[in-house]
Amino acid sequence: MAIDSATAQPPPTYVEDAIRAFTIATMFWGCVGFLMGVVIALQLAFPLLNLDLEWTTFGRLRPVHTSAVIFAFGGNALLTTSLYIVQRTCRARLFGGDDMAWFLFWGYQFFIVMAALGYVLGVTQGKEYAEPEWYVDLWLTLVWVLYLVAFGGTLVKREEPHIYVANWFFLAFIITVAILHIGNNLALPVSFGHSRSYGVASGVQDAMIQWWYGHNAVGFFLTAGFLGIMYYLIPKQADRPVYSYRLSIVHFWALIFLYIWAGPHHLHYTALPDWAQTLGMVFSIMLWMPSWGGMINGLMTLSGAWDKLRTDPALRFSVAAVGFYGMSTFEGPVMSIKAVNALSHYTDWTIGHVHSGAMGWVGFITFGAVYFLVPRLWNRPAMYSTRLISWHFWIATLGIVLYITAMWVSGIMQGLMWRATDEFGFLQFSFVETVAAMHPYYVIRALGGIMYLSGALIMAYNMWRTIRGEVEPARASAIPARTVAAE
Amino acid sequence: MFRFLRDHGVIERNVVLMAVLTVITISIGGLVQVVPLFAVETTIERVGGVRPYTPLELAGREIYVREGCYTCHSQMVRPFRDEAERYGHYSLAAESMYDRPFQWGSKRTGPDLARVGGRYSDDWHAAHLRHPRLLVPESVMPPYAFLDRPLDYSDISDRLATLRRLGVPYTAEMVANARADLEAQARPANDATAMQGRYARARQGAFDGDPRSITEMDALIAYLQMLGTLVDFRAVTPAELRQQ
Repeated sequence: MAIDSATAQPPPTYVEDAIRAFTIATMFWGCVGFLMGVVIALQLAFPLLNLDLEWTTFGRLRPVHTSAVIFAFGGNALLTTSLYIVQRTCRARLFGGDDMAWFLFWGYQFFIVMAALGYVLGVTQGKEYAEPEWYVDLWLTLVWVLYLVAFGGTLVKREEPHIYVANWFFLAFIITVAILHIGNNLALPVSFGHSRSYGVASGVQDAMIQWWYGHNAVGFFLTAGFLGIMYYLIPKQADRPVYSYRLSIVHFWALIFLYIWAGPHHLHYTALPDWAQTLGMVFSIMLWMPSWGGMINGLMTLSGAWDKLRTDPALRFSVAAVGFYGMSTFEGPVMSIKAVNALSHYTDWTIGHVHSGAMGWVGFITFGAVYFLVPRLWNRPAMYSTRLISWHFWIATLGIVLYITAMWVSGIMQGLMWRATDEFGFLQFSFVETVAAMHPYYVIRALGGIMYLSGALIMAYNMWRTIRGEVEPARASAIPARTVAAE
Repeated sequence: MFRFLRDHGVIERNVVLMAVLTVITISIGGLVQVVPLFAVETTIERVGGVRPYTPLELAGREIYVREGCYTCHSQMVRPFRDEAERYGHYSLAAESMYDRPFQWGSKRTGPDLARVGGRYSDDWHAAHLRHPRLLVPESVMPPYAFLDRPLDYSDISDRLATLRRLGVPYTAEMVANARADLEAQARPANDATAMQGRYARARQGAFDGDPRSITEMDALIAYLQMLGTLVDFRAVTPAELRQQ
């Protein structure tokens, strides 16, 4: 399948103003989310940084970090790319036009700010990754339904006969997230003037619904949506068609069917009945195959274009992202095996796993997409500085390596310390001894986070200079000069 | 399979068909896993002793949720030897059957709290919550001295009424007496007989050490001190624990 297939007709004028705003919001919330991550990482290493204030404790700031990176950074990235891609792959102007796009933009930013304010002030449902209370949930539902209308409407009025593969993933992501969001947030407010609500499900049922939602927030928000980006971005950057059309069909349907079953692996050995745990484990292991189907399709698209990795650091981000995707979608099934999970659950190993996916896959594919989009959206020949993209790439990559290796060591160590017994069969360590043992790894993890944040700040600077229409003065002459010197 | 691949072009040309097939594909797993948990009665073990939270405990639980304690503490003891040694009997589904939201957690930066009730004195909890590192130098817990402020319980009967509407077995009498019961549990000078008649094994106390004012600290400690104490495991039979 060709993207933007060339025909005699000139393309329609696409909606771009709001998409430019979404791009800037992606970058802004990315920096905020990474900064919050650094702050709470440092709080775990140095608890004085909780500052003795109720609004700045770890418990209140952790949801600010997770929501900022998942929903603010990731969500804005998905809105940016999906609205950009759907118009071009359909050769149709966005359904609803500029008004729709601007409503989605401000409506979504309002959701983010309302949610974050709630967390800091102590308004929360207390369900991970679904902390916003009922009034914020209702607002998001409205914005999301209009997002579906805008996206689906553009698909309906497309000029291309086929729906391009990236849009299958975006459509599945938008529909499924709507269903998950509503299903997990069914609640009864204490009263109309009251911020607090109580969910319709309790205890074990609430747990199952929460992780049906929680794992598929990963599966559809952070995976299917970003695979949609991959299916447009990598063929564009590499200037090659998608490697296998058949593989994309098989892995798309297999992925969306299997992902939904994986939730109970978050509840191994809990009070959730065994049959549900076993189903969760078996389907999580099967999920490895369609996940790697996507990785293979992404990487093999570069066949014959691998040399571009040397000259295009933005493509390097996209390709490294797919590599991290392959790694974390192998690690996930391993951790879903009950015997492994018995050790890894409740430890930092889970945190490391999530971050290899979030920083490596979601972050890097987004960086690749933003580096691709900014020159196109603002009509610039290229990014201000290719050198700074390279710097960003290596600082961020080293940051991820520090982060996930520190979490592997601390997670596995803590899991082993909890279960260690001495020669008489008594527990060898008190709980707080295992906490103290984590300290050096928490410092290393924070360092990794600081590096990742630094990379993002370099990117923001690069983006700002590009938008202003500047070109790095050194770039034009530096590279040939070095080549001459080497000769 | 190959026929499906050949015919996939039909789906790719039809937005509605693709959306409908997507909804069907993603619905199956969730329905299979969630619906039986409501339908199969043995999902919840048939043990005695579990009751709804007293108004003071519920107010404390709201503070536990508000402060995001679940981001560092689990409330779910797994059936392993080391966890039995460290925390006690593995957690039952019955023990969190009235929990909205459930607070099983996913991370143990601090220890599991499912059975923390009765392990430490009220004084220890108050001192530890105020300044964790004075009692446990290696702790990385934030200080919660700000909980020494009056508890706002003006809406406590509304909260009980809402939970009752959702199916928690609060009686009309419990809802009507919510304020009085909350005060009776937190003020040792009050008569707690009626409250304890409504809520079995509820303990009256000056949880934060000050019997005069009712603070957020009182509520949170009352909640922590009842966690995991409702089921008497000496009286439980294996048949009651069986879960399907």
